[in-house]
Amino acid sequence: MTAPARREMERGNTMTPITEHEAGTAAAVEEHPHGHPPYLQHHFDTPQQQFESGKLGMWIFLATEVLFFGGLFVAYAVYRNHHPEIFLYAHQYLDKTLGGINTVVLICSSFTMAWAVRCAQLGKQRGLIALLSLTLLCAFGFLGIKYVEYEQKWKHGLLMGYYYNPQEHEAPHAESAPPAHSEPETPPTASQPAFPDPGQDASVEERSTIPPAAVGPSGLASENANGGHANNRKPANVHIFFGIYFAMTGLHGIHVLGGIAVIAWLLYRSVQGHFNADYFTPVDLVGLYWHLVDLIWIYLFPLLYLIH
Amino acid sequence: MAYTASIPATPPRAWDDARRDADNYLTHSRGFLSWALTLDHKRIGLLYLISILTSFFLGGMLALLIRTELLTPSKTIVDADTYNQLFTLHGTIMIFLFIIPGIPAALGNFVLPLMLGAKDVAFPRLNLTSYYFYAVGALLAIGSIVFGGVDTGWTFYTPYSTTTSHSGVYWLTFGAFILGFSSIFTGLNFLVTIHKLRPEGMTWFRLPLFLWALYGTSVIQILATPVLGITLLLLIVERGLGIGIFDPNLGGDPVLYQHFFWFYSHPAVYIMILPAMGIMSELISVFSRKHIFGYKFIAMSSIAIAILSFLVWGHHMFTSGQSPLANMIFSFLTFSVAIPSAVKVFNWLATMYKGSIHLDTPMLYALSFLFLFGIGGLTGLFLGALAVDIHLHDTYFIVAHFHYVMFGGTVIAFLGGLHYWWPKMFGRMYSEFWGRIAALLVFVGFNMTFFAQFVMGAQGMPRRYYNYDQVFTFWHVLSSVGSYIMAVGFFLIAGYLLHSLFRGAKAPDNPWGAATLEWTCASPAPYYNFKTTPSAGDPYDFSNLVYDRSIAGYVPKSLPQPAEAKS
Repeated sequence: MTAPARREMERGNTMTPITEHEAGTAAAVEEHPHGHPPYLQHHFDTPQQQFESGKLGMWIFLATEVLFFGGLFVAYAVYRNHHPEIFLYAHQYLDKTLGGINTVVLICSSFTMAWAVRCAQLGKQRGLIALLSLTLLCAFGFLGIKYVEYEQKWKHGLLMGYYYNPQEHEAPHAESAPPAHSEPETPPTASQPAFPDPGQDASVEERSTIPPAAVGPSGLASENANGGHANNRKPANVHIFFGIYFAMTGLHGIHVLGGIAVIAWLLYRSVQGHFNADYFTPVDLVGLYWHLVDLIWIYLFPLLYLIH
Repeated sequence: MAYTASIPATPPRAWDDARRDADNYLTHSRGFLSWALTLDHKRIGLLYLISILTSFFLGGMLALLIRTELLTPSKTIVDADTYNQLFTLHGTIMIFLFIIPGIPAALGNFVLPLMLGAKDVAFPRLNLTSYYFYAVGALLAIGSIVFGGVDTGWTFYTPYSTTTSHSGVYWLTFGAFILGFSSIFTGLNFLVTIHKLRPEGMTWFRLPLFLWALYGTSVIQILATPVLGITLLLLIVERGLGIGIFDPNLGGDPVLYQHFFWFYSHPAVYIMILPAMGIMSELISVFSRKHIFGYKFIAMSSIAIAILSFLVWGHHMFTSGQSPLANMIFSFLTFSVAIPSAVKVFNWLATMYKGSIHLDTPMLYALSFLFLFGIGGLTGLFLGALAVDIHLHDTYFIVAHFHYVMFGGTVIAFLGGLHYWWPKMFGRMYSEFWGRIAALLVFVGFNMTFFAQFVMGAQGMPRRYYNYDQVFTFWHVLSSVGSYIMAVGFFLIAGYLLHSLFRGAKAPDNPWGAATLEWTCASPAPYYNFKTTPSAGDPYDFSNLVYDRSIAGYVPKSLPQPAEAKS
């Protein structure tokens, strides 16, 4: 065994104190004429340095992802703070059951991913392939359920901005003829929860008359203070909620798609036998990414679906 | 220390050392694909350099068109709509395509691994990806002229940007979105490289200050740029699907857009200026032949600026209707940014004090920087003061202020850095005589162009106006003439730099007598940078270098590696 190989082992993989590690490194080093394993890129001195660099890079990337979503979370916070009534009203059109199932599906996929990483670290080829496949399956399942939810919203016209046009009501903004009490009677989904009691609604209405803090000269204030809404249970600008809903879940969905792509790539590589107890960096890094995607959903679900 | 023992473990060199010395990165391989698919940080740096200089040329031409239009109070050469598109495109190209990637991605890519004695950045493939993201983003942004044009100004304020009939907004904002990812990848790469690829002996406080500056820049790029990404994405969705978040007609809040936008774009100002300050620290020390004064303060002020940059975005919005309390807090924090900036400037001055100052071209740019950045920075304090800002907001005073900082600061430092590292990049020396003449022309032209704008801005000339009152004619003409002088200076620079590529004297390894690691390898840099990973000493200790008249460059006094003499 060469000196660098031993040194590398002494420095050790802090995450995985594994016995195969030692044997694997020695083998990899011995079979390569230059005395360094084949997966080591030319500008790194040791596999350890390469692994640590990759890991640091991934964590930094995840930080950028958090900030990327951070913009949407701020938009959510601002509108939720200024117009809580929109969120209280509109969240009922989201399907808690499907959302809950999706949460479970994603948590399961995180579990299988973490297990896959462990298998990769231990060099268990078949386990790795099986668990990556399961993760992939869960990811597709998530998107499938999401598709069903989106389709329901689409059918009922519960869309963002100008496209918000709930099917049941011909004029959602009509102030002259308020079909107020008929509105919640036709929930868009079968599993629609009961509409909140009037008492709760009344308190909501009161808050909606408070003009928002930061509006332009011709902003919300006048529209909101309009007497036409005073007796209407449905607050103005419900589409804002759906705008935020589609932006957040849509962006998250795109990240799930990205996750599917990289996990499929991992699956391909693990079938090719690229990973072993010494080299599993890509599996580890994709695992981190997938956990973040999962984590973001764990925030999105209560923020959007479970409002009280 | 841990890596020391592993250094001998790098592949035994099968090839002949002498042949390899001649094998520099420019001639290592040939053909279009050897450049287009290169993973070598030096070639990627060069690709970036060519691209950003092309963008700079385009942006500069647009600026000349704008200045020409403003020669007379009414129509001169273009109509009002075209004029709006001209200044929008000028701003966008200069900021997103030139200044932001300018120093980090072009010069930084080339120099950073060399300064670390490393073979490459940590993620070479990501580096190439970032270049192609840049290229695609740049093409989309420039393509926006063809596909409908944009007349929003570079800030894309809603609701105008979501309602204007110029549909180029999609292209330009999507281009900027993609450029943002290019910037993030570069920053990520640099952070990891500085953390993980430092050589033996290079502790954090032996990093060259340019790398400290790049480190601070990368932190900002990573933390701020994603917010721009989501903002532009929301803007695109808003314009395309009417999502309503920024649209007052739908109950949205356009001021929220401004908050989002400036949360990125103010830190972005420091993405532009921090690496320029890093170049300054190198130039001032090397050309004063004196150890940098206050190393730790300069290093830490880079980090302080990076942190403070996130807390002052609201000073762009004093007149937007945000609360007076917010205004006061942002105003106070804005003043606090002056402290780390001044720490740097005073340390540079103290470095020059009793130094042996050599007025080579890079140093002329460094001196210009001190002067121009001084004016730009101090006028920033005027604008940070609430009452004064009400008067000066959206006038030419602002235009002059940020040109003094961005152009007088960043572009001048970029030119200084370009001249400084040019021998290392191409192995050729440019004409020192024409270099000095051009530096003078740019300096004079710049001050004529933009000092005039301070005056008319203070008198109330609003920015972005197509027509103006007769009383401003004199200052506008002065400004335009200044811009022509600057243009002459830039064409001169382009001329002698291109000439040097073919006819320039062969550059020695260390023409300036600098002690950072990039000057210990050959000029132009060898393909593999260093035969063995060098060990680093004090990057500003020049005592071991002597001038060798026969090669017109500096050589180590006795030992083959000046850095090793220290350790």
